[in-house]
Amino acid sequence: MIDKLSWIAVYPEIVLLFMACLILLVDLFVRNPRRTSTYVLTLLTLGLVALLNGLYAVGGQTIYAFGNMVVSDAMGNWLKSFAAIAVMVALVYGRPYAADRDMLRGGELFTLSMLAYLGMSVMISGNNFLVIYLGLELLTLSSYALVALRRDHAAATEAAMKYFVLGAMASGFLLYGLSMIYGATGSLDINTVFKAVASGQIKHQVLVFGLVFVVAGLAFKLGVVPFHMWVPDVYHGAPTAVTLLVASAPKLAAFAMVIRLLVEGLLPLAFDWQQMLGVLAVASLLVGNLAAIAQTNLKRMLAFSTIAQMGFVLLGLLAGVVNGNVLSAPNAYSSAMFYVVTYVLTTLATFGVIMLLAREGFESEEITDFAGLNQRSPLYAGVMAICMFSLAGIPPLVGFYAKLAVLQALVAAGDMAHIALAVFAVMMSLIGAFYYLRVVKVMYFDSPITAATVTAPMDVRAVLSINGAMVLILGIVPGGLMALCADAIVQMLKT
Amino acid sequence: MGLLSLAIWTPIAFGVVLLALGRDEQAGVVRWLALVGAVVSFLVTLPLYSGFRIDTAAMQFVEKGMWIERFNVNYHLGVDGISLWFVLLTAFINVVVVIAGWEAITRRVNQYMAAFLILSGLMIGVFSALDGMLFYVFFEATLIPMYLIIGIWGGPNKIYAAFKFFLYTLLGSLLMLVALVFLYTKSGGSFDLMTWHKLPLSATAQTLLFFSFFAAFAVKVPMWPVHTWLPDVHVEAPTGGSAVLAAIMLKLGAYGFLRFSMPIAPDASREWAWLMIALSLIAVVYVGLVAMVQKDMKKLVAYSSVAHMGFVTLGFFIFNSIGVSGGLVQMIAHGFVSGAMFLCIGVLYDRVHSREIASYGGVVNTMPKFTAFALLFAMANCGLPGTAGFVGEWMVILGAVKYNFWIGFAAATALIFGAAYTLWMFKRVYLGPVTNDHVRELTDINAREFLMLALLAVAVLYMGIYPKPFTDVMDVSVNEFLKHVALSKLN
Repeated sequence: MIDKLSWIAVYPEIVLLFMACLILLVDLFVRNPRRTSTYVLTLLTLGLVALLNGLYAVGGQTIYAFGNMVVSDAMGNWLKSFAAIAVMVALVYGRPYAADRDMLRGGELFTLSMLAYLGMSVMISGNNFLVIYLGLELLTLSSYALVALRRDHAAATEAAMKYFVLGAMASGFLLYGLSMIYGATGSLDINTVFKAVASGQIKHQVLVFGLVFVVAGLAFKLGVVPFHMWVPDVYHGAPTAVTLLVASAPKLAAFAMVIRLLVEGLLPLAFDWQQMLGVLAVASLLVGNLAAIAQTNLKRMLAFSTIAQMGFVLLGLLAGVVNGNVLSAPNAYSSAMFYVVTYVLTTLATFGVIMLLAREGFESEEITDFAGLNQRSPLYAGVMAICMFSLAGIPPLVGFYAKLAVLQALVAAGDMAHIALAVFAVMMSLIGAFYYLRVVKVMYFDSPITAATVTAPMDVRAVLSINGAMVLILGIVPGGLMALCADAIVQMLKT
Repeated sequence: MGLLSLAIWTPIAFGVVLLALGRDEQAGVVRWLALVGAVVSFLVTLPLYSGFRIDTAAMQFVEKGMWIERFNVNYHLGVDGISLWFVLLTAFINVVVVIAGWEAITRRVNQYMAAFLILSGLMIGVFSALDGMLFYVFFEATLIPMYLIIGIWGGPNKIYAAFKFFLYTLLGSLLMLVALVFLYTKSGGSFDLMTWHKLPLSATAQTLLFFSFFAAFAVKVPMWPVHTWLPDVHVEAPTGGSAVLAAIMLKLGAYGFLRFSMPIAPDASREWAWLMIALSLIAVVYVGLVAMVQKDMKKLVAYSSVAHMGFVTLGFFIFNSIGVSGGLVQMIAHGFVSGAMFLCIGVLYDRVHSREIASYGGVVNTMPKFTAFALLFAMANCGLPGTAGFVGEWMVILGAVKYNFWIGFAAATALIFGAAYTLWMFKRVYLGPVTNDHVRELTDINAREFLMLALLAVAVLYMGIYPKPFTDVMDVSVNEFLKHVALSKLN
């Protein structure tokens, strides 16, 4: 028996799936080389989905549907809404870039992006190990294809292969870990697993054995050390439009997956997974920041910076349970959520500028390609500078509050180990400041190599300006988004 | 909108307008708009002084509103006798700096002017913030415009200087950030400065906090041995950048000691006062000697700034009223004098494009009017009675002698070094026969430069002859402050 409520819970996904199929068909009849009608339809669909999810989130109801297979709660709905917007923005930035590189011969860029988004959506709302896994696979399979979209381009193909092989292995890890836990608890349903683990009657060793594999799989998807090898290569090798698709919205989904599996499912094992996340976080901050210094390619540098930023997210996650006490959990997890959301916002604008400067036959991905951008276009240089300062965590930009929230969660945990982690994280962000500042330096202090003015289509121009402004405005009034994340997490923990 | 908000946001608003509208083709309009912005920004700070009540130590012109609800961060502003003058000083120096950059800057004028206007708004924010997080946001945000100012309009080695400035100061302030978050947790979820002042803390916590704040503020002041960034940065920064850096930015650090370190961790401050006094004396004596051997005028004035700021921290950590007031007066005086010294160097640099002392000699023969100003500021820098420089140094020495004769004695010797390096530089640059063709071709200052130096000269003389308005404002607040730090907060 499937009740009406169940259909309501997955309504956005149904709309999306239907439209994705429809757009796939419509695209067959599109003759326009820039695929304008496909593009507009895709944006409309994603916009509608974002709106629907946003409305659900504002409604604030938590609905378990299809016999607990999926859940529609405020956290998931917000993340889905943000992810839809992120995909939209990524497509707006990516279309001119893709058109110049012969990637719009068919409408695959759009339909695959929508399917990837569907995967994220399923991942975010999954309340069952297998549903989450299916969502993940839909996302990653679409991503592999997207990375390989420029099939005559050697670097992109290589990146796709690498991504596919390592990704498949990580999925295997995850699945293996999940099956272990399934074996021990006898259920795939997250709520049941939680109860079983919390009862304390299951052998700890088996659970932790499974947990190690789950965490390894998650670590791969988040791209944290030592499971980060794919990140620089994929970021670098993929066409920038696809890099952005891989680098933005999926991070939101990965975060949701971590919350669903580790917090909602395995919170009683927090002591164990927090230790693992601690090691991953420290390693990521260290390797990500140090390796980023040495990069001359901007996309690679951003890849390593992402690794470090994800380390920060993990720091937020590991401050939730202190000495078996879950009082600080809402604080800690909402800081991590705020971090991911603002990180995605900033990343979008950063890659937006990179693609803006790219022209036919010129990738604009070396840091030196940005030399003197301030003289060529103060607006875009300004947007990029805002993003760099934000990623470095300098107030009054939004990245600062993200770091502040995580640090606060760590210090609030109160014990020496957490405070030491906070000091370590702070030192690492000092190193981070160096390479972000270097980009600003190149744009503002160096002389331009070419005097060519930067031109952009209206839509890119408008969205990029708004995106850059958001990083600044959310920095001046961060309260709303913070409260939103906090409410979402509190509701999630209640159930 | 309250007066303080107006003081903060007026220059920032003008700065944003300049960024949005300004083009190098209309540099003239941009300059005038910037000047109007700076003057208006200065004028809106005047009612703060006229409406200020000197008979209370309470915060005045208070504005408070919720800013970030989740962390209970408030948009909480207010000034007392300690901070009032710095708000005015900042707005005043901003006007002078805009005038100073009038002709020297020809590239991206709008960004240059906007950076200074925004910077001045942010610094006023630092001086008036009464919420720990608001303070931190303003404190850190000042790094961005200054980094760009040094990096875009600086000298040949500007990139090194810009990075050194940014990373050095960021390192200090990040440690302070951890301290702020720690205090937030300790106080049960409040960033309110007044709450923190009353918060009882254990000796260990106080010591840790004291040194975290020390990391941020000592770098900013800068105190010996973390002063090494200052000379490098001053040498490369454009004239206006140097002036603002010396006149205002260094004061952010000293002000931080008064607002954070000492009242929040009074026991640790007293316990570690010997260290602070020792570092201050080293700055005063040793850095004074270092200044003497400099060949570069800007470096010399930079080292002299470190020495003068040593007086300030010395005055604070001897814990008596005349010492603290002296330190504050010295901060204001140094704001006028060091700003003026850097602008004088700028005037010469614009003409000769050299900062080497050796490239000059006999400037008085070709630039008599300018030399008169330079002499006044040089005298103020050595602390000649009747100029601003004298009052603060004299008060600090008096306080130090009260505290311990030998400390006062050591500080007083610095007056001799100060006179030595300043006057020796003055002699080599301005006096004697004309040494080379560059100096022979010099033209005296024009009306704009005259105006800029005259504004500062009036301030320097007024403060030297009649310092009462300055000390009156401080008295009550300083006494209240000393009462507060005398009480133990150990629990």
